[in-house]
Amino acid sequence: MSAFSAINEEREIERDEFTPGIEPQATWCPGCGDFGVLKALKQAMPEVGKNPDEVALFTGIGCSGKLNSYFNSYGFHTIHGRSLPVARAAKLANPNLEVIAAGGDGDGYGIGGNHTIHTARENHDITYIVFNNEIFGLTKGQTSPTSPKGHKSKTQPHGSAKSPIRPLSQQLNAGATYIARTAAVNPNQAKEIIAEAIEHDGFAHIDFLTQCPTWNKDAKHYVPYTDVQQSDEFDFDVSDRAEAAEMMRKTEERLYEGEVLTGRMYVEDARPSYGEEKRQIGEMPDEPLAERYFDEDAEWERTYDNLLEHHK
Amino acid sequence: MTDNELIWRIAGGSGDGIDSTSQNFAKALMWSGLNVFTHRHYPSRIRGGHTYVEVRAKDEPVQSRGDGYNFLLALGDSFARNPQEEAYYGKEELKPLYENFDDLREGGVLLYDEGLLDEEDVDEIGLEEAAEENNWHVVPMDLRGIAKEHGREIMRNTAGIGATAAILDISTDEFEKLIKQNMSGDMQEANLNVLHDAYEAASELDVDHDIEVPEGSHDEEQVILSGSNAISYGAIDEGCRFISGYPMTPWTDVFTIMSQHLPSFGGISEQVEDEIAAAALALGASHAGVKAMSGSSGGGFALMSEPLGLAEMTETPIVLVEAMRAGPSTGMPTKPEQADLEHVLYTSQGDSARVVFAPANIRECYTQTRSAFRIAYEYQIPAIVIYDQKIQGELRNLPASHFDEEPNADPGSVLTEEEIQDAAHHSSGKFQRFLHEPEDGSNVSPRTVPGQKDGRFLATGNEHNPSGHISEDPENRIAQMNRRLNKLDDIRADLDENTSHQTYHGPDEADYGILVWGSQQGTVFEAVDRLNENGHSVKALGVSDMAPYPEDEVSEWLESVDEALVVEMNATAQFRGLTQKELGKYGDKMSSLLKYNGNPFEPAEIVDGFESSIDGEELAASNMKYVPAAGD
Repeated sequence: MSAFSAINEEREIERDEFTPGIEPQATWCPGCGDFGVLKALKQAMPEVGKNPDEVALFTGIGCSGKLNSYFNSYGFHTIHGRSLPVARAAKLANPNLEVIAAGGDGDGYGIGGNHTIHTARENHDITYIVFNNEIFGLTKGQTSPTSPKGHKSKTQPHGSAKSPIRPLSQQLNAGATYIARTAAVNPNQAKEIIAEAIEHDGFAHIDFLTQCPTWNKDAKHYVPYTDVQQSDEFDFDVSDRAEAAEMMRKTEERLYEGEVLTGRMYVEDARPSYGEEKRQIGEMPDEPLAERYFDEDAEWERTYDNLLEHHK
Repeated sequence: MTDNELIWRIAGGSGDGIDSTSQNFAKALMWSGLNVFTHRHYPSRIRGGHTYVEVRAKDEPVQSRGDGYNFLLALGDSFARNPQEEAYYGKEELKPLYENFDDLREGGVLLYDEGLLDEEDVDEIGLEEAAEENNWHVVPMDLRGIAKEHGREIMRNTAGIGATAAILDISTDEFEKLIKQNMSGDMQEANLNVLHDAYEAASELDVDHDIEVPEGSHDEEQVILSGSNAISYGAIDEGCRFISGYPMTPWTDVFTIMSQHLPSFGGISEQVEDEIAAAALALGASHAGVKAMSGSSGGGFALMSEPLGLAEMTETPIVLVEAMRAGPSTGMPTKPEQADLEHVLYTSQGDSARVVFAPANIRECYTQTRSAFRIAYEYQIPAIVIYDQKIQGELRNLPASHFDEEPNADPGSVLTEEEIQDAAHHSSGKFQRFLHEPEDGSNVSPRTVPGQKDGRFLATGNEHNPSGHISEDPENRIAQMNRRLNKLDDIRADLDENTSHQTYHGPDEADYGILVWGSQQGTVFEAVDRLNENGHSVKALGVSDMAPYPEDEVSEWLESVDEALVVEMNATAQFRGLTQKELGKYGDKMSSLLKYNGNPFEPAEIVDGFESSIDGEELAASNMKYVPAAGD
């Protein structure tokens, strides 16, 4: 018997279960794109049939990190840029958990960039949502890794000389097996993409455009947007790496030309998730490790019987 | 210098099999009934450079390296890049010979491989004069030739063992047994032939020396292992089944041992992108209900600073290992030092709430790692085991029964789903994970694990209210800070009640004391024995609890002596500083003997240091520093 009865509990899930009684109202600025992520995430939950006690949400630092306060589940609001390494270990410890990580563009593409690359490379079965508003919001408007070249801010008074990160292309090269871009202004698509990402067996990366009405007033509010799957202009095979790469490059470039392209950019179903790979080579137990600590009948071997012989 | 002991030093290049040969030599001597202790010295290089290992063997227990050594097996560096040239580092091939001159005792034996080291070159480094001056017995033998005759050049070390056995009149039985155990087929046969040929050849030389290898016997079955083995086995026996790490010397040792064994114990090992991730993964695994650890050495541990603080703030149990090496920065990667104490105690922003144990030897590495896990999971606090390259690299025999302990996989203060139903919840249904006043009157508020029904809460590095939500309310702040910090007092009381980690040595009553922490304990204890034999009145205290500091034990001990010398391997007297800070006095009672040249203390150095300190004389040795007590 599982020590975690919330996992795979068979019942109807209500969207409202994910609204915490303690902080039901988010304190983001009016018009903030982060509301869109929260709403889409809550809406996706009944669709994937997950309840609050089987979802573990890991966030970084920044406005996006507050997501944990307004989303009722097991939550871990970690430190700047480090949500992914905490999240992926939780998934290894208990693969039956539904693990979601979230952070901003500074968090995932700047300070935590190394973890973003390696988590994608390893293809952990988790969903990662990057709130991309092309700015540092909570620290009051500094240039971020996705700010356009020439972006002026208090820390880049002469305009940034750096080209922005290409998050989609980077994730494709790193090894993510589900990559999509959506926008806060498109809640229906966002909900669908989050649900798909959760159901995807592997690392699912969502670059979520979230407008910052306070510190990035110059930026477009990501309207109008085009869903590339719905548009006749973009006819590409989402499972073809080369075509996906081409589409991503276009998507990244056009954003800075004022055109917002969204949708699924790459989907690879064949590649096994990291946990599966590890189990195949005998480096991970078949039963969730976390269960053992709650199983009174579990046998715990000791080194005296197993390892001491070759020291004799 | 003590009589009735063998200190055999094997020197060569990295890659010449110095390590494995010394391990075999030590094991064979243990089998023969002796007690053994090894001391390892090596460069930060994959191939070449000078590396040596000393094997000290006595009939009585050994707990330290000795003073110098009395038998040198110099293989020469077969990986020297410019063997015949005056390279930047000197004549590389010869380094494993001439760099060992200083410590070879008078009357010692110096056996070198003339198959690799040219006679003319050897003449140039002044061996003859040095040998004459020190009455050394120099034995050139063509070990390489013997090895090549039966097998490959790498078997020079087996030839060296055979020759050593003949010169010291030790039976080759145990060496043969080892070769048969470790090898098979042609390899086994070739090595046995090399061993015997070298033994025969050396016997004919009839080397006349005064070294007497003692004879001994063991009352019970012995095992020989390193501090890294003991830390790993302690972790496994305490139910640790998750490790995450990034390679760094000397921490790599524990990480490797754990990675090799965890899968067969049903556990998981993760080699990750950096040490920030390593510590963060351990946190994530622990948060999800698994007993987890990580670790690193100085620079890598610096990267763990922020996750460490997160563990304190979210009260997520983890165990970290810090394997010290000489700093600052990259420092001397393969050399021991005890200079990361303050780093480990205070790194990470805010007031720190952590447990730090510094085991002094292999036995303590096992027991204190187990303590670290027990405390971490019971009190929801990070526990750090700090040790150094010296204990990491030293092998020592001890009774196998020391490890005959029951495993304990208890995840500590975690609720079961049934218990969660009866536990406190916020009116909205959220579990009260961080109660100001936990129900059992302790400072530990039990936790839940993701997946448990009705256990959901928020863990955050921000200050938080009982359900974990962010709060900057002053009253809540004080309540949470106090509860987290008060756990340290509870832990101190818990440790006092259970077996103390401190070790007392010498007479109960003495005029002087030597205070020591971590890896230098055994050497200090040996020095204390000699000092008492020399007519001094000295006792020693080895401290392992760095945090929470064992205030009562140390003050009581300091009160009982007139003066105390604090011995540590760093330049700024970090442990003495900690003692003064924690006890708020004794600055005028404690002086320091410090060493930070990359080599651990020898017992005779502590004897000299102590004697000159009480005589008020300058230290004769330039490789140590004496810092007088305040006011002196």
